[in-house]
Amino acid sequence: MKYVDEYRDHAVAQKLIAEIKRAVTRPWVLMEVCGGQTHSIVKYGLDYLLPKEVELVHGPGCPVCVTPLEMIDRAHAIARKPDVIFCSFGDMLRVPGSNGDLFQVKAEGCDVRIVYSPLDCLRIATANPDKKVVFFAIGFETTAPANAMAVWQARAQNIRNFSVLVSHVMVPPSITGILQSPYNRVQGFLGPGHVCAIMGYREYEPIAARYKVPIVITGFEPLDLLEGTLMTVRQLEQGRAEVENQYARALTQDGNVEAQKMIARVFTIADRSWRGIGIIPKSGYKLSYEFRDYDAERIFEVANIQAKEPAICISGQVLKGLKKPLDCPAFGKECTPQTPLGATMVSAEGACAAYYNYGRHMLAVDALAGSLQAKA
Amino acid sequence: MCLAIPGKIVAFHERDGIRMGKIDYGGITRDACLEYMPDAVMGDYVMVHVGFAISKVDEQEAARTYKYLAELDQLAEIEMPEPNIGPKFDT
Repeated sequence: MKYVDEYRDHAVAQKLIAEIKRAVTRPWVLMEVCGGQTHSIVKYGLDYLLPKEVELVHGPGCPVCVTPLEMIDRAHAIARKPDVIFCSFGDMLRVPGSNGDLFQVKAEGCDVRIVYSPLDCLRIATANPDKKVVFFAIGFETTAPANAMAVWQARAQNIRNFSVLVSHVMVPPSITGILQSPYNRVQGFLGPGHVCAIMGYREYEPIAARYKVPIVITGFEPLDLLEGTLMTVRQLEQGRAEVENQYARALTQDGNVEAQKMIARVFTIADRSWRGIGIIPKSGYKLSYEFRDYDAERIFEVANIQAKEPAICISGQVLKGLKKPLDCPAFGKECTPQTPLGATMVSAEGACAAYYNYGRHMLAVDALAGSLQAKA
Repeated sequence: MCLAIPGKIVAFHERDGIRMGKIDYGGITRDACLEYMPDAVMGDYVMVHVGFAISKVDEQEAARTYKYLAELDQLAEIEMPEPNIGPKFDT
């Protein structure tokens, strides 16, 4: 496929790795922000191909992972109402709330549907005028314009039986939070390519300047990730802390202005709770007052539902780049993609699930076996 | 979740008053909303996320980046640092 296959070229990847080895003289810790990037890195084993001085830690950019437990419970409460058709992106169905996941809710006989695009929900609403169609509007800035358009169009087309359960988060407040932590290890970021396709990257410039960290907006294919790593390492080695754009084929400095306008029309910035991390001030979107009639939390009165995370899970530290999946005693044992205990195991793009799906839990088993043999 | 796939615009149409297009992903075609791409024309490559075109793929930038990547080796030869000076790491 054009613009995909050429960015998976093995020979070019080898050259980039050689170039990174030439560029690096001392240890650096880099964080890839996006869950999609984490998934690619683990799938292709890019972190194992890098010189040992370059450590990649995995960031908070998996919206499915960071959707808070209470929001999942609210989704279930709404989906269980008899006159509701509950629509969601496929990734959310497997995410466990306090009591099971949306697949189980569906198995109970409730009408839960997977949609490809939020606009699909409007057609479902039009075709089912006696039902209330609710869409689980999650995601980062990449997804916000699509979800905003669904609400905007619902009003334009006078569709009254449609509402959204909003759990939208934004990248810049999360990386600022990571940098402000006294335990922070991250020295440079591979920035989120598709988030910046919408938002541009001007808002990252004050972050790079204030915290003296390079931020290289990076794509998702192996060569993108390796080139982003090379650009970040070069900045660090040269003592620079700038915002650079590796992914220039897909985004500009200003982003998609039309999409930004729609976000601003439909949403306002709000405090948001992140699964595994907690509340981050002004870190997401909620529906603006003008669109309150489309707010499912308000319509179904579920805002009072609260929930608690299992104590054993270290996903909060994984999301902040402080720990890796293999540091967790539950990883691959009590906690697997079939029985996830927390944020980073619930979605295929979570760091723990990516490690598990690409066989890295076996490394933990091998390491344990090795240390037991050594003791014996 | 923030996955976006590059595809080529092969047709335009309107659905429920919304500007839509048919996007070809290497042989498979699917509808996408083009409301956020007012300047897109037939044959443009766009990045598509949850059924919405979010940005145009800049063909020149793509060619430039790939050419740069493919030529890295030669560049490296020119920029090779002086050998055996400073700390050495086994990589």
